Amino acid sequence: MQLNSTEDSRPNGVAIATNGEHNGFSRRLTDEEFDRYSRQMIVPGMGREAQLRLINSKVLIIGGGGLGCPAAQYVAGAGVGTIGIIDGDVVEPSNLHRQVGHATSRIGMKKVDSLITHLRDLNPLPTYTPYTYPISPENAADIISQYDLVLDCTDNPATRYLISDVCVLLCKPLVSAASIQKSGQLIVLNCPPTPQGKVDKKYPPCYRCCFRKPPPANTQLSCGEAGIMGPVVGLMGVAQAGEAIKILASALHLPSSIPSNPEDDPHNLIQPTLLIYSYDLTAAPGPFTFRALKMAPRKKNCFACGENSPQTLTLEGVKSGNPNYIQFCGIQTPKIVLPEQDRITASAYHAARQNGQLQNHILLDTREKEHFSFGSIDGAVNVPFGKLLMKAATIKRHGGDAEEILPVEISEDQKDVPPIFVVCRRGLDSQEAVEKLKELGVDRGGKRKIVDIIGGMKAWKEEVDPSFPFI
Amino acid sequence: MAPEIETMPIWVDFAGGLQTLFSNKPNHMISLPIFNPSDFSPANVGFLISHLVKNHLKHPQTEFFVQEDGHLTPGILVLINDVDWELEGEEEYELKPGDNVIFVSTMHGG
Ligand SMILES: [Zn+2]
Repeated sequence: MQLNSTEDSRPNGVAIATNGEHNGFSRRLTDEEFDRYSRQMIVPGMGREAQLRLINSKVLIIGGGGLGCPAAQYVAGAGVGTIGIIDGDVVEPSNLHRQVGHATSRIGMKKVDSLITHLRDLNPLPTYTPYTYPISPENAADIISQYDLVLDCTDNPATRYLISDVCVLLCKPLVSAASIQKSGQLIVLNCPPTPQGKVDKKYPPCYRCCFRKPPPANTQLSCGEAGIMGPVVGLMGVAQAGEAIKILASALHLPSSIPSNPEDDPHNLIQPTLLIYSYDLTAAPGPFTFRALKMAPRKKNCFACGENSPQTLTLEGVKSGNPNYIQFCGIQTPKIVLPEQDRITASAYHAARQNGQLQNHILLDTREKEHFSFGSIDGAVNVPFGKLLMKAATIKRHGGDAEEILPVEISEDQKDVPPIFVVCRRGLDSQEAVEKLKELGVDRGGKRKIVDIIGGMKAWKEEVDPSFPFI
Repeated sequence: MAPEIETMPIWVDFAGGLQTLFSNKPNHMISLPIFNPSDFSPANVGFLISHLVKNHLKHPQTEFFVQEDGHLTPGILVLINDVDWELEGEEEYELKPGDNVIFVSTMHGG
């Protein structure tokens, strides 16, 4: 699809969506559609017209993972007529506990192809469009412009800002969800879709209105690092499908659905609800399991949708790298890099052990105890990184024997100062741990070596023990 | 004898993972002095944040909650009585007894 100037492309994108709506309305439901969708069509508020709206709608699901799988299942099941799915990843075994649209037999396949295989089996009627590469500033507008509504099922802040910006520019509603470890969040944005720069009344916010700045890179966690419970992310994905179906069935995705006085909007999306789900493995469901938080409407000073936003954000700009999303969200860089003499490769450490150079030494493993429980290097003692930092902070504040951080008895004999090796998951925390231990004087003024194992247990698996169960 | 400092109850909740910084407890009843002792101004959300950091933030990785300048780390949403704090004046909002302040860290995983 061709995108002209910013001004032209907005009505363009909308025109594609509304054409379908007009053409598809005069027809009857086929027998197959009638059978398949009967149980949802008889729900009060649905009916034939709402079902035809779903059939004539086009939904783009960005991300075919933990959110995208359940979202796509319900969007497809409900009979949305055109479903695009975009993701560049392939199915891995570690996905399957939560990404239930894939299958063991499809490990190694592109996620998009795997998920569409599953969806076709569930409902062959929709048109499925695969995009087997990641969404990017270059391709985002071309793809998003072909759809009525977008589900953000991605896993990183840079992509989330990109998707929201392009949805604002193309006047598309966005259903955004995210999940990590034991929490999930969900919000409907830019719905009813409102042109950029329109702030004369109260209008719905975009992602940037709600989350103006991303968290600093060193505080961002991924599911790979922090873990994720399947039902938590699954629930958020299902809720995304629920919101999408609601918006399409009631035609709220059309720009014409902006009420003349949005403040009286009965759907109340002008101040959308941020749903927060907190899941606790040790507590019964309580009053704080779900929280519905009322967000502010569109912000006048928003970079993407506010008063002066047509000067700050354009489709041409996005395409040519402005704003720079990667820079805006901070690149994940190691905080410190130790000098070479304080580091050793996993293979060199292993060799030194094998040939007897390391009779007496301490091996600290700073991974979380859940990770440690699956396996460790012989003789390693587990001091989780958070605990180590906490002990270090206490000693710094209140004093005390820094060597108590070490979980092993050290003889008072000054000659016996065994070196310390520190290993973590991927080699970042261990460097910080080495630095902390030195700061506290555990190196006894340089008499004791404290060494980081480069690349952590990941390197150990790659260089020394391929059978090691690395998580 | 030190004069008794008058306090008010404030309900503080943490979500989205922030609770791990506060003794792993999502819900706290905080007895907050009704005046900021440094300048005797009425206690506002800015004062609540510094009070939380001083008295309740047990985790060493404080950068997950506040930046070095004492302001909240970007990416944390604050809701005062379930309403976005930007509608309420952010740090300047003067707290009343029984107010509920929620800190939610933005999630990005999926
Ligand atoms: Zn905005």
